[in-house]
Amino acid sequence: MPFEIIEKSQIVPTIHNMIISAPRIARKARAGQFIILRIDDAGERIPLTIADFDREKGTITTIFQEIGKTTAQLSEMNAGECLLDFVGPLGKPSEIEQVGTVVCVGGGVGVAPVYPIARAHKEAGNKVISIIGSRSADLLLWEEKMRDVSDELFITTDDGTKGHHGFVTDVLKELLEGSESISLVVAIGPPIMMRTVAGVTHPFGVKTVVSLNSIMVDGTGMCGSCRVLVGGETRFACVDGPEFDAHKVDFTLLMNRLQMYKDEEQLAMEHYKKCDREGCQC
Amino acid sequence: MLERQDMPRQDPEKRRSNFDEVALGYSHEQAVNEAKRCIQCKKPLCVAGCPVEIDIPAFIRCIADEDMEGAINELKSMNALPAICGRVCPQETQCEEVCVLAKKGEPVAIGRLERYAADWELENKLGEPEKPESTGKKVAVVGSGPAGLTAAAELAKMGHSVNLMEALHKAGGVLVYGIPEFRLPKSIVQKEVEYIERLGVDIQLNSVIGMVETVDELLDEYDAVFLGTGAGLPSFMNIDGENLSGVYSANEFLTRVNLMKAYQFPDYDTPVKKGHKVVVVGGGNVAMDAARCAVRLGAEEVTVVYRRGDDEMPARREEIENAKEEGVIFRLLSNPTRILGDEKNWVRQMECLNMELCEPDESGRCRPVPVEGSEHILDVDIVIIAVGTSPNPLIPMTTSSLETSKWGTIIADDNGATSKTGVFAGGDVVTGAATVISAMGAGKIAAKAIDKYLNSNNL
Repeated sequence: MPFEIIEKSQIVPTIHNMIISAPRIARKARAGQFIILRIDDAGERIPLTIADFDREKGTITTIFQEIGKTTAQLSEMNAGECLLDFVGPLGKPSEIEQVGTVVCVGGGVGVAPVYPIARAHKEAGNKVISIIGSRSADLLLWEEKMRDVSDELFITTDDGTKGHHGFVTDVLKELLEGSESISLVVAIGPPIMMRTVAGVTHPFGVKTVVSLNSIMVDGTGMCGSCRVLVGGETRFACVDGPEFDAHKVDFTLLMNRLQMYKDEEQLAMEHYKKCDREGCQC
Repeated sequence: MLERQDMPRQDPEKRRSNFDEVALGYSHEQAVNEAKRCIQCKKPLCVAGCPVEIDIPAFIRCIADEDMEGAINELKSMNALPAICGRVCPQETQCEEVCVLAKKGEPVAIGRLERYAADWELENKLGEPEKPESTGKKVAVVGSGPAGLTAAAELAKMGHSVNLMEALHKAGGVLVYGIPEFRLPKSIVQKEVEYIERLGVDIQLNSVIGMVETVDELLDEYDAVFLGTGAGLPSFMNIDGENLSGVYSANEFLTRVNLMKAYQFPDYDTPVKKGHKVVVVGGGNVAMDAARCAVRLGAEEVTVVYRRGDDEMPARREEIENAKEEGVIFRLLSNPTRILGDEKNWVRQMECLNMELCEPDESGRCRPVPVEGSEHILDVDIVIIAVGTSPNPLIPMTTSSLETSKWGTIIADDNGATSKTGVFAGGDVVTGAATVISAMGAGKIAAKAIDKYLNSNNL
């Protein structure tokens, strides 16, 4: 049973919004979980964090950035077309409790998966302060959506074209040093950003949760491709995570393992472009 | 007495570089000659040696009489997956081991004959299987590996409506993600799965039970549930360096190669590291499969490191011999103690200790003991860990009142009934990692128990 793309649009350059019809998954999806998709029979399985879901319409929203062959191919697909496989919800949902003030940090494409978590914390009665950042103003996504679910919203850009000129962690540090008592920090973004967040919150002893995007194949605990080191123990991001205590995650290992197929990713991209240009012979 | 017919096989030099099937199958003449060796025992021991109780002399007599349709009907009445069993069953420790001819010479090649009859059917498609009258009862079968496929087929033959749920995007479980193409072509699995569908089984792919629906929720919709979710969680050794880049679980390596077809990268999108010097840790069939895949991907040197001796390796002898013919090196009585990497986190070396065998332990196998001071270093750039698997905890974790053992296996009685009413289980999820045929046997027994349960209850 193929999965229809209901809506597909580019939100900012290289980042796309894709809404998929998947009623069974939408019924169960919760903030913090992810799906795995495969475009066609030759496709790889890639995990994407659930950015939103609509139980009534039976849809799942994912946001993805063109970074490799599969996401490049996805970016060329349109509403009405179908994905061959779409499986989920996978991973443990975020722990949502009434804890007080929660700071939600989203960097780059990571703003999208932070959104449903921020919303859930808001619905649970927490005060939600969000910090979203991007390299540049034109790459900032979901500002309005984040504003809707946040009591306060801070924006940062690396180049200063919008909001604070600098990084999300600059604002986070100021908040931590301020008078407000912060109970929880949730951060999703590039590994380097999440590592910096962990470093910033650690001296303040504030519980910090990150969502890890390690390489996966099955996403059900079967292969161990996604293994990460948390508090000195090997854990599978797909079933034990994807969220972990940021202060215990070995980010260096995560970043190294994310580089494992760099050469192959490049090769796949070249092959894809060649197929695109010359008509696929494979 | 005729000699046992040899199985034609692909030449080792040639097969080292392709994923085509190694064993080529009997010709018609060979099959008939082999079938004629069977002396048709009045009290056949082979049948008792078969976990699914195929009437072995009967199907073999049909082949001897060149009645292929009769042979396949005999097989299929007891076994829904003969083309698979004919290839991957360890006949040498089951039906063939107890064959009377084995006392004086070589047993009848029962597995090869099963394969011949099954392949004949796949080539000369028979009519649609008969569909029994519907009982109106609905059963959910979770997991489409050997246990689930068998249970689903048997339940469908009994007239129950069966939905078979599979987490992955292809049905077959370990038959598609684990066992390589050169030992079990995926087109064969596909055809056997299609047969199960023709029996009326509805297969739902991409359905991770425990996540998209829990077993408790399934029980609201179905009259009974069978859990055949296998032993899919890879074990690691818990030694230093296991998370270095270039260290794979055998499950990951084989899934990339078999299910995702990484050997056809980049025509298929999923990559796998080929490696120059590959070490596979373990001595079972999974280790042999991984080592032989690594050879075919083009590694220069593939070594199996196993902590006991040659006699203790649990892999099928045939597969060990195949691996040796293909150039796989065996470092026996050797155990890894740590894996060493470079500054970029890539595997570079592995430290091993020599072992010696002492008195046999409870399992009957000699216990390996390290030889002090025998540490030595192997150069390696890919490590594949094939030291076993255990059941995935997802279903036990999300199901109320389902009892499990300390090894994570689901506790079930001899008929597959679990601690939870209406829920049955069988195969590796109950026994821990075992064989395809024992899982099929368990699926069959559970199907009978489920049928009885459905008939006895006023559901």
